Amino acid sequence: MLTMKLELDDGSRIAVIGGGPAGAMFSYFLLTFANRMDMDLKVDIYEPRDFALIGPPGCNMCGGIVSESLIQMLATEGIRLPETVIQRGIDSYVLHTDESSVRINTPLAEQRIATVHRGGGPRDADRLDWGGLDGYLLDLAESIGANVIHDRVSAIERSDTNMIVSTRRNSEEYDLAVGATGANSTAWKLYEKIAEGELHPELTRAYITEVKLGRDKVDEMFGSSLHIFLLNIPNLDFAAIVPKGDYATVALLGGITEDVLDQFFSSESVRNVFPGIENIGEGACHCSPRMNTGAAPVAFADRFVMVGDSGVSRLNKDGIGAAYRTAKAAALTAAFRGISAADFEKGFSPTYDTLANDNGYGKFMFGFVHKARRMKPLMRGIIGMTSREQKSDDLQKKMSMALWDLFTGSAPYRDVFYRMINPSFALRLGYESAKSIIFKPSAKQSE
Amino acid sequence: MQDGRLGKQFFSGEVICRQGETGEVMFVIQAGIAEVTRKSAGGGEFKLGELSEGAVFGEMSIFTKSPRSATVTAKGDARILTLDKRGFLKRVHEDPSLAFNILETLSRRVQQLDEKVESLQIAITETISNVGDE
Repeated sequence: MLTMKLELDDGSRIAVIGGGPAGAMFSYFLLTFANRMDMDLKVDIYEPRDFALIGPPGCNMCGGIVSESLIQMLATEGIRLPETVIQRGIDSYVLHTDESSVRINTPLAEQRIATVHRGGGPRDADRLDWGGLDGYLLDLAESIGANVIHDRVSAIERSDTNMIVSTRRNSEEYDLAVGATGANSTAWKLYEKIAEGELHPELTRAYITEVKLGRDKVDEMFGSSLHIFLLNIPNLDFAAIVPKGDYATVALLGGITEDVLDQFFSSESVRNVFPGIENIGEGACHCSPRMNTGAAPVAFADRFVMVGDSGVSRLNKDGIGAAYRTAKAAALTAAFRGISAADFEKGFSPTYDTLANDNGYGKFMFGFVHKARRMKPLMRGIIGMTSREQKSDDLQKKMSMALWDLFTGSAPYRDVFYRMINPSFALRLGYESAKSIIFKPSAKQSE
Repeated sequence: MQDGRLGKQFFSGEVICRQGETGEVMFVIQAGIAEVTRKSAGGGEFKLGELSEGAVFGEMSIFTKSPRSATVTAKGDARILTLDKRGFLKRVHEDPSLAFNILETLSRRVQQLDEKVESLQIAITETISNVGDE
């Protein structure tokens, strides 16, 4: 029996549900590939929010870090994040434990990570001389022909030949529907009808607050460094203070409760870095966004694919990087291979599965970090080994790079895992840990 | 402090990469303008052109493993982002479409070179013809 191949062609229509980074990048890449092939596609992006608005109505709730690897990939693609979007370029991070801290500089001593706002800015922002990442990417998609419809999708159904996407006002037929609604949406219920399967991935909640300090104060307190905290607080995976223009974003990951927040804000390590934080506590803008910690069991069907946090993300970091990877893999598949489930299985699944499998290594690594935080000699060994590497031009920066990649999302968890089980790495860590038992530090050290 | 910028600051006149050096990285101009110059075998230096924001350069050394073919200098203050060779090649291996932008850049350069060769040929032909007339 002959079957008709499901593929895009001149005049094909694509509905992208959600205009955050995943939806905007999918649209941008699909239209870029179509332009290269002189193929005329119509892409509608359904996004009810206006990302230029300040406060929650324009925000996509995220710590706002664009990883080193994503910056490098976007630059290679010819996408240069403008200065109005980048709140601060990051050239180092400082790792804080309960006892000490150590600074780790970027390779080549340059600013290779960007901090951004996701919307127009926190609710107490008093000036709008910047743009959010989401607005910039959506504008980029519009600039090459995507049509943004500021409306909420209320239903997606399958007809015999097409997908029907409906809002409360209208219904339109499309050749392909793309789910890009993130983890903070109930849109999975819409997708389940067309994918005929359980789509909901495993979710957890993070805690994020934006503390307004003013540009000079942010410079003085944090400079161009991310501050990562590995503290012995139960249920806290790790925390970060992210400097931005006028703001410091405080992000906590793990099982975050009021008690965890109290312990974090009152800890000596945090107060040393951010004096007065125990009195400031939450900024005017704070949220507890859902984070995808697993992968949706089904991510595609004929004429349907899910990109970004709707399907799979990277555990505890680099959600925007995961959105880029899945969006591009889906766009490549749709443009060059086809839009059937079999096409997405061949073209999209490898990227999706790589991200999902890598999170298995990530869970193991964070499990190790949980245990290590309670073992003071091991933590001292980690800090000691890193500190020695940072002071030496000759030593290989094995621990520094492993920590850099673990917390900034610059490399897959799998790569970090295999570097950390290398015998020479383990021996050096063992040596530094044993040394810390013999020569115990007398007070909190900063190196 | 230029807090909303990525890469590394180069001041006016500062060399970003030098002709003859081994190239382990390529570059993207985040902000500013850079001037491309080349020294001839006779020792004279001539300007090849200028690069502006978003331009990628230094990629030829990565692909050919040959020394840098020209010197690139910041013209006014510039901000340059470095792309590491290994990271770039690994990413291109995983996603070959990433190389398309570089391919476009190289194609444009070949086109510009063709135009320059053509205009040089015309100039040489005219000069020879003028000498013949005299």
